[in-house]
Amino acid sequence: MEKRTNALLYLDGVNVSFDGFKALRSLTLILAAGDMRAIIGPNGAGKTTMMDVITGKTKPDSGDVLFADGSVDLTRHDEAEIAELGIGRKFQKPTVFESHTLVDNILLALAGRRDPFSALFGTRARISPQRIREVLDKVRLADKAERLAGELSHGQKQWLEIAMLLAQNPKLLLVDEPVAGMTDAETETTAELLREINRDHTVVVVEHDMHFVRALDCRVTCLHEGSVLAEGTIDAVAANERVVEVYLGR
Amino acid sequence: MILARLLEMADYRGRIFLALLAALAVLVPIANLLVPPDSFLHIGTGTVVLLGKYLTYAILALALDLVWGYCGILSLGHGAFFALGGYAMGMYLMRQIGPRGVYGHPILPDFMVFLNFTELPVTWWGFDNFLYAMLMVVLAPGLLAFVFGWLAFRSRVTGVYLSIITQALTFALLLAFFRNDMGFGGNNGLTDFKDILGFNVQAQSTRVVLFLATLLTLAAAYIFARFMVTSSFGKVLIAIRDAESRVRFLGYRVEHYKLAVFVVSAVLAGIAGALYVPQVGIINPSEFSPTNSIEAVVWVAIGGRGTLVGAALGAFVVNVLKSFFTTGSLAAYWLFVLGGLFVLVTIALPKGILGALEKLAAKRGTRS
Ligand SMILES: Nc1ncnc2c1ncn2[C@@H]1O[C@H](COP(=O)(O)OP(=O)(O)O)[C@@H](O)[C@H]1O
Ligand SMILES: [Mg+2]
Repeated sequence: MEKRTNALLYLDGVNVSFDGFKALRSLTLILAAGDMRAIIGPNGAGKTTMMDVITGKTKPDSGDVLFADGSVDLTRHDEAEIAELGIGRKFQKPTVFESHTLVDNILLALAGRRDPFSALFGTRARISPQRIREVLDKVRLADKAERLAGELSHGQKQWLEIAMLLAQNPKLLLVDEPVAGMTDAETETTAELLREINRDHTVVVVEHDMHFVRALDCRVTCLHEGSVLAEGTIDAVAANERVVEVYLGR
Repeated sequence: MILARLLEMADYRGRIFLALLAALAVLVPIANLLVPPDSFLHIGTGTVVLLGKYLTYAILALALDLVWGYCGILSLGHGAFFALGGYAMGMYLMRQIGPRGVYGHPILPDFMVFLNFTELPVTWWGFDNFLYAMLMVVLAPGLLAFVFGWLAFRSRVTGVYLSIITQALTFALLLAFFRNDMGFGGNNGLTDFKDILGFNVQAQSTRVVLFLATLLTLAAAYIFARFMVTSSFGKVLIAIRDAESRVRFLGYRVEHYKLAVFVVSAVLAGIAGALYVPQVGIINPSEFSPTNSIEAVVWVAIGGRGTLVGAALGAFVVNVLKSFFTTGSLAAYWLFVLGGLFVLVTIALPKGILGALEKLAAKRGTRS
């Protein structure tokens, strides 16, 4: 029944309201496989809500939320199913398993069977340590492999969470405010990291930090009050009068 | 070989724990049965029973730690599963009385004759068979936990709300079991047991065997729980405790994991209850009382949450104290003592008694 879209992710006319408050108003967002997209916009613009809709946490009141050339209607799946379909998500607040080691954090994220029975008796443990190293290497945390995630700094937790996404190996990565609370150097590294990830993944990044967005060097969408205000290159969006008025100018 | 692998899974604290249980298994029967009563090394049968009772509490605490310590599910209704297992055992013991009751009815227990029951309620059928009764010990709490957990976890009830409905669950059962027409002995519950598997429940040797059975069950429960928490399954449980939504967005069905551990825990609690009843000789609705479930949570917190051994230790220590405080003039103060202990431990020993002991041991280790 789904329509062909020729897009990895296709959102059109998406509406979400919370107790009458409209968080998303006929939002449209279309991403081709391999794209990287930065989403900017003032607080409360609906950026996180958009990710909630894509990942099945929030059901939209109306609108199309389609994945993989329109073959999957995401509104009909829950979080676990959507994760299995190949959509990974980093939360705004870094969310890692603090009482597990970094290795175990990655282990839990690695693709594999996820039912309780095989976890208890099964083969999950037979995952090559090599793969875990690789992933941790990528986010520059390999030297802390055996440390507890709770001991990491805020910025390192953000990276660990990104590493968990990599281990999950999704087709689409949604990354919510990855550089909040990071030093300039860490921000730099994160931009580099995301560009690297973009080589074989489609990535959506929500961020406020304009330096960072510039460093990502990708198409930018500015949201405001739940719908798209402007879309284009960073320079075009930054020069847009309405964007300056509601977001950048303040 | 399998045993060797299982033992390997136990960490050093687990090995100490199992060694302690083994020592008790040898010393207590000797001190009770072989050492002459006038020797100061003699342990009276009353003490054996008391120790056995504490051990059943330790199993309950272990079960609770599995869900609370490892998966963050604070159940304030685990006493209900304990009591259900206890009732299943109690019903078997009642049926064993046969025609020896006060009213001499060949099948109906005394309380049913007294309440003018004319025939055995369906719920009591089959309980004269020990294996059937044991099946019910597992099934009754297991099924209740399954249905309750299925509804609660699927609707994503968590935190305080979940704790409150577990309290409501045990309270509802308390009220139900109070009713005479439920056919479970009402207010008085089930008591005046005579035999278990043909042996007199009051006999000294039976007492010792029951103590040993409880000890073995505790050891087995510990090894099983340890197997669970050290497997990938256990890692997912801890992950759920730390960051539930992260687990879900990684593609795990959190509700299935919660349900699985909740049911296993409820079954363990039920088995504990089944061992409790023949030793204390009675089961009545007060076992469903919400305060019982809360006390069990306090044992786990005091002993050290998320360690299994700590939970068992907490149950033991608190109940030794309780036995001391609730005899004689101090009885009125027990709840204050318990509350005070809880507050003290939460503030001064966030990792419980076990955490404090290990810290002490580590300090002494580095000094020498
Ligand atoms: N679960 C919710 N219930 C009620 N209001 C919500 C909920 N989630 C988000 N909102 C509201 O929707 C708006 C958009 O929020 P959000 O998507 O978090 O914005 P952003 O991430 O762009 O800062 C905000 O006004 C927020 O208060
Ligand atoms: Mg946000």
